[in-house]
Amino acid sequence: MTPELGQLALILALLLALAQSILPLVGAWRGNRALMAVARPAAAGQAVFVAMAFGILAWAFLRFDFSVQYVADNSNLALPWYYRIAAVWGAHEGSLLLWILILNVWTVALAAFSQKLPEVFASRVIAVMGLIAVGFLAFIIFTSNPFGRLLPMPGDGADLNPVLQDPGMTFHPPMLYMGYVGFSVAFAFSIAALLGGELEQAWVRWARPWTNVAWAFLTFGIVAGSWWAYAELGWGGWWFWDPVENASFMPWLVGVALIHAQAVTEKRGSLRAWTILLSIFAFSLSLLGTFLVRSGVLTSVHAFASDPRRGVFILAFLTIVVGGSLLLYALRAPKVLGGKPFQVVSRETALLISNLMFAVAAAMVLLGTLFPLIGDALNLGRISVGPPYFGFLFPLLMLPVVLLLPFGPFLRWGKGDAPVLKQLLLRAGIAAAACAIVAAFFVDGQPKAIAGVAALVWLTVGVLLYALKRWREMPRGRRYPAEMAGMLLAHLGVGVFVAGVLLSESLSVTRDVRMAPGETQHIGNYDFRFDGVHHTTGPNWTADQGVVTVTRNGSETTVMHPQKRTYPRGQVQTESAVDAGVTRDLYVALGEPMDANDVEGAWALRLYYKPFIRWIWAGGLLMMLGGLVCATDKRFRIKRSARAEAGAEAADGLQIQETRA
Amino acid sequence: MSRLLPFIGFMLLVGLFGFGIWWNTQHDQNAIPTPLLDKPAPAFNLPKLYEPTQMVSKVDLLGKPYLLNVFASWCIECGVEHPVLTAEGPTLGVQLVGYNYKDAPDDAKGWLAKHGNPYDLLIADEPGRTAIDFGVYGAPESFLIDAKGVIRYKHIGPLTPDVMAKELKPAIAAMLKEAP
Amino acid sequence: MPMNPTRKRRLTIVLSILAAAAVAAVLVVLALQNNMNYLLTPSQVQSGEAASYNTFRLGGMVKAGSIQRSSDSLKVTFTVVDAGGVMPVEYTGILPDLFRDNQSVIATGHMDGARFVATEVLAKHDETYMPKELKDAMAKAHEGKQVKDAGNGESGMENR
Repeated sequence: MTPELGQLALILALLLALAQSILPLVGAWRGNRALMAVARPAAAGQAVFVAMAFGILAWAFLRFDFSVQYVADNSNLALPWYYRIAAVWGAHEGSLLLWILILNVWTVALAAFSQKLPEVFASRVIAVMGLIAVGFLAFIIFTSNPFGRLLPMPGDGADLNPVLQDPGMTFHPPMLYMGYVGFSVAFAFSIAALLGGELEQAWVRWARPWTNVAWAFLTFGIVAGSWWAYAELGWGGWWFWDPVENASFMPWLVGVALIHAQAVTEKRGSLRAWTILLSIFAFSLSLLGTFLVRSGVLTSVHAFASDPRRGVFILAFLTIVVGGSLLLYALRAPKVLGGKPFQVVSRETALLISNLMFAVAAAMVLLGTLFPLIGDALNLGRISVGPPYFGFLFPLLMLPVVLLLPFGPFLRWGKGDAPVLKQLLLRAGIAAAACAIVAAFFVDGQPKAIAGVAALVWLTVGVLLYALKRWREMPRGRRYPAEMAGMLLAHLGVGVFVAGVLLSESLSVTRDVRMAPGETQHIGNYDFRFDGVHHTTGPNWTADQGVVTVTRNGSETTVMHPQKRTYPRGQVQTESAVDAGVTRDLYVALGEPMDANDVEGAWALRLYYKPFIRWIWAGGLLMMLGGLVCATDKRFRIKRSARAEAGAEAADGLQIQETRA
Repeated sequence: MSRLLPFIGFMLLVGLFGFGIWWNTQHDQNAIPTPLLDKPAPAFNLPKLYEPTQMVSKVDLLGKPYLLNVFASWCIECGVEHPVLTAEGPTLGVQLVGYNYKDAPDDAKGWLAKHGNPYDLLIADEPGRTAIDFGVYGAPESFLIDAKGVIRYKHIGPLTPDVMAKELKPAIAAMLKEAP
Repeated sequence: MPMNPTRKRRLTIVLSILAAAAVAAVLVVLALQNNMNYLLTPSQVQSGEAASYNTFRLGGMVKAGSIQRSSDSLKVTFTVVDAGGVMPVEYTGILPDLFRDNQSVIATGHMDGARFVATEVLAKHDETYMPKELKDAMAKAHEGKQVKDAGNGESGMENR
């Protein structure tokens, strides 16, 4: 009985979403306050029903209701309750339900925190969010219903993909979706601005904190995914440039450009076209990412033949959203693309260049990701684009960004200050060079590692020098406003990240080796002694567990327990053992027994020594933190007078309190 | 106007992609019309699988219709098709001739021992040269050949119950109706 | 006609963007060309389609009973098959978890005489990406019916 209620809830949600989108838009167009006022209550109602639907599905999982096909496909009696909840978003239909739930979370937040925005604008923003909801709810109801029944009801379900039975994978999708879906807010703001023909850039200031938070979540989602791949997949890699990863990385790259473009537009009025277009592309890539990963339909042209409904719907949806917004842009983009002018050497130019790099990087990743599809569609054969394509072009494009980064804060708006820049270049440059030379001895002259150290020092010194400058020049309480602190944190994170990548890639040691119990392998400063394998069990698996004792100069560092698990349906999974450290990770994975009949004998083992690999995720987390801190800046909170201010048709834009930066 | 550029660019991409998909679905046929349909089957002379000294030729098989089923031990799909063939083969009303394709005889015999042997007759084409005359691309493939040695129906891929019901059996029925 | 400084600046900017775009385009094309890997099935390789590629990906199913591991090294040999062809493969290293009989597999490597030497073996049964690609390749090579999945939803990168 209850699963059908879930279906009903979704239909009601769809109806409310329709009301939420159409009525306020009409109202905003006609100046009808009653219609505009429908936006918030409709959004609240939609959220209630979507939450209900989600809750009903979760309840079905908790109650082992295998009469629901989706539950039977993704759980079984042995699955622990926490993974049963995670199973709600473990496959296609449920993850779309999660998506729409999170859209509602953002919409409700927006509805709550936008009370002080001008009514016309706010109702448009909420209406656009409603339009997106309509699309997704329709997709779910008509092509991807999670509440379908399975009769006769089986006694036990299949299982949740063991790969997903892991804490990292449990909260990775929700975090990622918080990011993806969060970009819809920036998108909605841009569309509302285009619809209203807003001349002033005040709306950008309102959009900034939302965009920063969304980007921060996306950063966290990507970091979590990368860390999970490292810990779970057994191959010691943390990024594979595969379509699923690229799908989340593209909106992230565009998001970086977006948050910087928004900063420029807000403060100087320029780069308005960038801000609007970037928000459209960021959200479009989020949508593309969702569908690319979740439905698999876009990855094979031939899949259209077998399941055309989903594919056609997705393509139509994407075309309408992206095509529609670009058309709107063409028709309504501010005719006066003004803003304060700037010289070649200025902060604006630096940001413009780096935005260009990020945009090109995103395009490059898009091309590489879609290339196999294109090749398929044009019958060129089944091509795949290998990681070296991405691995070569991406660092190349990011190099100018890394080089420019320390200069950013030191450059002034409108025009740069040559002596200051020269001084920075000298100080940071010399520090970087010096450290690089010293590092060269420690890393046996490995160029990548040296570059990593140089980049770290270059970026860190740049950040510190600027922080110092602020300390000296600004009075107490105004030294590090949240926006500034966030920027410093995030840029520091970049340095840590780059160092982590370059150092771990150049200095890590991988060894696939056959070991008999008692044998030892020496890697780095460590000795890995294989102490054999024995049998063990877990809640819903059995495993062969190995024991590897790691010593350093004779004293024991750790004992590691890599496993090879077998799940009820026969799936085998490698659970690697990782000994994490600030300066290095030790990593052991079981391969297979050399003789299948003698599990207690020799095994093939994979041993890794990975220096500084944690810095990759630490850097990412610092970036995320930076984004969140930035969003808390008081300047972004709308004062009561904003209504009056925004109402005025000031062609010049708002007077914004600018701290001398 | 430069403001239209992003829109135009995007629609061009969509158009290209959409065209590619449409073009692809037009050329992606499930049933390739074989040039040999309603033409005489090629002449062949192949050894029996279990008695390799005995040869079987097309002439030997004239007079009674048969289903020529191309299979091999290394062919995964044949394993899928085999139970169907075993279950429904006897009900078809025609002889079942197994055509062992590009397979080592021992492997084939082992596979048949394991999965069962529904065939009335088994011939082997280890080099696979005769198969080329039949236009065989791989395994499994099935040919319905009538009493006069003419190919009446060809199926590429495994014979599923669906294919049996919707295509093969009607083809057999049509063929048997006109037989004298 | 003398150019005023704004014009000159604009022109420099436009030209440098064009130049940069040209360089970028060339780099991208080069990078793509060098890193494009075609997927071929054993029957396609046997009919000579692999001749023009140095490195390529071989896709098919692992023939039951063909997996042979060396007892003293990490070398493994096995046979990859599709509807029309057979290909012996050699690989040194640890195989992925999902690797077993009748599993769909994609190996990257090159030909060494009559056998395929793999540098990477993937048996990730990723519902959303690989098997469809492999399925299509195999179906295309066999010119016809869609290959039905033997199992469903095992492991993979589905939910990243």
